[in-house]
Amino acid sequence: MIKSITNRHIRWMTLFVLLLLFVTASFLSISLGKTSIPLSTVWDAFFHYDPSDTNQVIIRTSRLTRTLIAITIGTSLSIAGALMQALTRNPLAAPDIFGVNAGALFFIVASATFFSVESLSGYMWIGFIGAGVAGVIVYLLGSMGEDGLSPIRIVLAGAAISALFISFTQGMLVLDEQRIQSVLFWLAGSVAGRELNLLLPVLPFILGAIILSLLVGKPLNILMFGDDVAKNLGLNTGLVKLVIGIIIVFLAGGSVAVAGSIGFIGLVVPHIVKGIIGPNYQWILPISGIFGATLLLCADIAARLIIAPQEMPIGVMTALFGTPFFIYIARKGVKKSG
Amino acid sequence: MGDFYTIRSKNDKFSMKFHKKSLFILICLLLLTVVVFIISLSAGSSYIPVGAVFQELISESDHTFILNELRMPRVIMGFLVGAGLGVSGLILQGVIRNPLGSPDIIGVTGGASVGAVLFMVFLLGEMSVNWLPLASIIGAAVTSAIIYLLSWSNGVTPMRLILIGIGISALTNAIVTMFMVSSESAVASKVYLWLTGSLYGSNWQEVTILLPIILTLIFFSFFFTEIVNVKQLGDDIAIGMGVRVQFFRFLLLALSVTLAGAAVSFAGGIAFVGLIAPHIARIILHKSFANLVVGSALIGSSIVMGADIIARTAFLPSDVPAGVFTAGIGAPFFIYLLYRNRKGFR
Repeated sequence: MIKSITNRHIRWMTLFVLLLLFVTASFLSISLGKTSIPLSTVWDAFFHYDPSDTNQVIIRTSRLTRTLIAITIGTSLSIAGALMQALTRNPLAAPDIFGVNAGALFFIVASATFFSVESLSGYMWIGFIGAGVAGVIVYLLGSMGEDGLSPIRIVLAGAAISALFISFTQGMLVLDEQRIQSVLFWLAGSVAGRELNLLLPVLPFILGAIILSLLVGKPLNILMFGDDVAKNLGLNTGLVKLVIGIIIVFLAGGSVAVAGSIGFIGLVVPHIVKGIIGPNYQWILPISGIFGATLLLCADIAARLIIAPQEMPIGVMTALFGTPFFIYIARKGVKKSG
Repeated sequence: MGDFYTIRSKNDKFSMKFHKKSLFILICLLLLTVVVFIISLSAGSSYIPVGAVFQELISESDHTFILNELRMPRVIMGFLVGAGLGVSGLILQGVIRNPLGSPDIIGVTGGASVGAVLFMVFLLGEMSVNWLPLASIIGAAVTSAIIYLLSWSNGVTPMRLILIGIGISALTNAIVTMFMVSSESAVASKVYLWLTGSLYGSNWQEVTILLPIILTLIFFSFFFTEIVNVKQLGDDIAIGMGVRVQFFRFLLLALSVTLAGAAVSFAGGIAFVGLIAPHIARIILHKSFANLVVGSALIGSSIVMGADIIARTAFLPSDVPAGVFTAGIGAPFFIYLLYRNRKGFR
C-alpha cells in the first residue's frame, strides 16, 4: 500500500493532537464536577497525596474511577463500532444500532430478576452472552437478502430486536418496582457512581480485546478488498471474522455490563476518524479508541455540568450529539446504496 | 370500476363475492372483539363470572364497583387505543407504501411521548388532564414534520423516512429520559409506567376525553376511501386519475399522526400494534380501504385488550404494562416481515 507522505503526516498529527486532547479531557474530568477541584490539587492527589485533604480523597476515591470507566467504555465502544462497520460494510453499524446493547441489558436484568444473579462477574458473563445472541440474530436477519448484508435491513432488524429486548426489560423492571430508579439510570447509560471493583473483573477482557483489535488491523485491511480477493491473498477470512466477532462481543458486552447502554459513540467516532485519516484500519482502530475515550470524557463532563447539581445520564448526552450525525449518515449512505 | 368505490355505500362497493366474504369476516372480527371485551371485564385479580358481567351490562350487579369503576374504563380505553393505533398504522403503511411503516418505528409515538412527558412534568399541576391528548398530538405532529423534512431530498423515499425515523426515535427517547431524570422521583415513576404502555388506572374522565377524538378521526378516515384505493395503484396513475397526490398524502399523514398521538396520550407507548393490526387485516380481508379501516380497528383493539388481559392476570398481584406483551407479539412479527420481504427491498 502506497502511503503518501502527507497522509502519514496527517496520521501522526492526528494522533498527537488527539493524545493532547485526551490528556486535557482526562484532567478536566477529574477536576470538574459538583465541587470543582483546582488542577494543582489534582496533581497533588497523584504525586503528593495528603489523606487529610477532602478534595484529594474525592479524586482518589470517586473521580478517578469515573474517569477511568469513561475512558474504558469510550475506547471499547468506538473500536467495537469501527470493527462492526468494517465487518458488515455498513456505515450505520454500531453496538447500539445492532441491538447488542439492548441484548446484553436484557440478559443481565433477566438474570438478576429470575435467577437472582448478584455477582459482578456473573453480570459480565451474562452481558457477553446477551451481546453475542443479539448480535448474531441481527447479523443473520440482515444478511438474509439476495444481495447479502444490506445496511437498511440490519438497521431495521436491530431496531426490532432492540425494541423487543427493551420492552421485556421494562416489563421486568415494572415487576420489581424498587429497582426502577436505580436501574433506570443504568438503562439510559451512565458512568457515574460506579465502583472500581465493577470495572476490575471486566477490565482484563476489554484490555485483551483492545490489544487483539490492534493486531487485526492488517488482516482487516486485506478483508476490505472483498472476501474473494482476501482468500486469494492467503487470508483465513473465516478465522479473521470470528476473531473480530469475539472482540466485538467482549468490548460491547463488557461496556454494557459496566455502564449500561451508551449509544452513538460507536457509530460516530469511526466515521469521523475515517474522514480524517483515510481507510487504513491499522490506524483507524487505535485512533478511534483514543478519540472515543476523549469524546466520552467530554460527554461525561457535560452530563455533570449541564443541570448541576443533578446529573444527566451520559447516554442522553451522546444521543443528543449523535442523532444529528446518524441522520447525516443515513441521508448520505442511503443515497449511495440506492 | 370507478363506480364501485363510492364512499359509504358499502352495498355496491365490490363484486358480490368479495363483498360477502369480507362482510362475513368483518362480522366474525366484530364478534371476536366483543368476546375479548367480555373476557376482559370478567378476568382480573378477582374473577367475575361472565353471567354477572352480562347482568351488569343490562342493569346492576354485585360487582358494580369493580366492573363499572375499574374494569370498564380500562377495557374501553384498551379498545380505543388499539383501534386508533391500528387505523393509524394502516394509513401510514398506505401513504409511505411500505409494509414496515408503523407509528412507533418511524418515531411518531416517540414524539407523542415527548409532548406528553413535557406536559406531565411541567403543566399537569396547572392545567387539567383534558389537555394531555393535545400535548401529545402536538408532539407527534412536530416530530413527524421534522422527520418528513429531514427525509426530503428530491422527494421522500420510504426507506429514508424509516431510517431517519429510527434515528429520531433515539433522540426522543433521550429527551424523555432527560426530563425524567431531572424531575422528582414521584413524577419519574409515573412517567415510566406511562412510557411502557399501561392501561392501569384508566378512568372514565380519560375515556370521555379520548372516545370522541378517536371515533371522529376514524370516521374521517372513511372519507379518504376513494383516494387511498386509487393511490395504491401508484402515484402516476393516481395523478392521471385526477388525484392531488401531494395534498392528500399530507392530509392522510396528518390524520395518521393525530390518531397515533391521541392513542398514545393516555396509554403510553403500546408498541407494534400499529404495525401488526393492518397486516393481519390485509391478509384476511379484501384490500379495499373501507374494509381495512374497520378490520384494522377491530384487530388492533382485540390485540390491545387481549394483551391487557394477560398483563393483568399473568403476574398477579403485579400489573405488567400491556405494552410489554404487544411488543412480545409484535417484534417477532416484524422480524417475520423482514424475513418474508427479504427480496423485496433494500
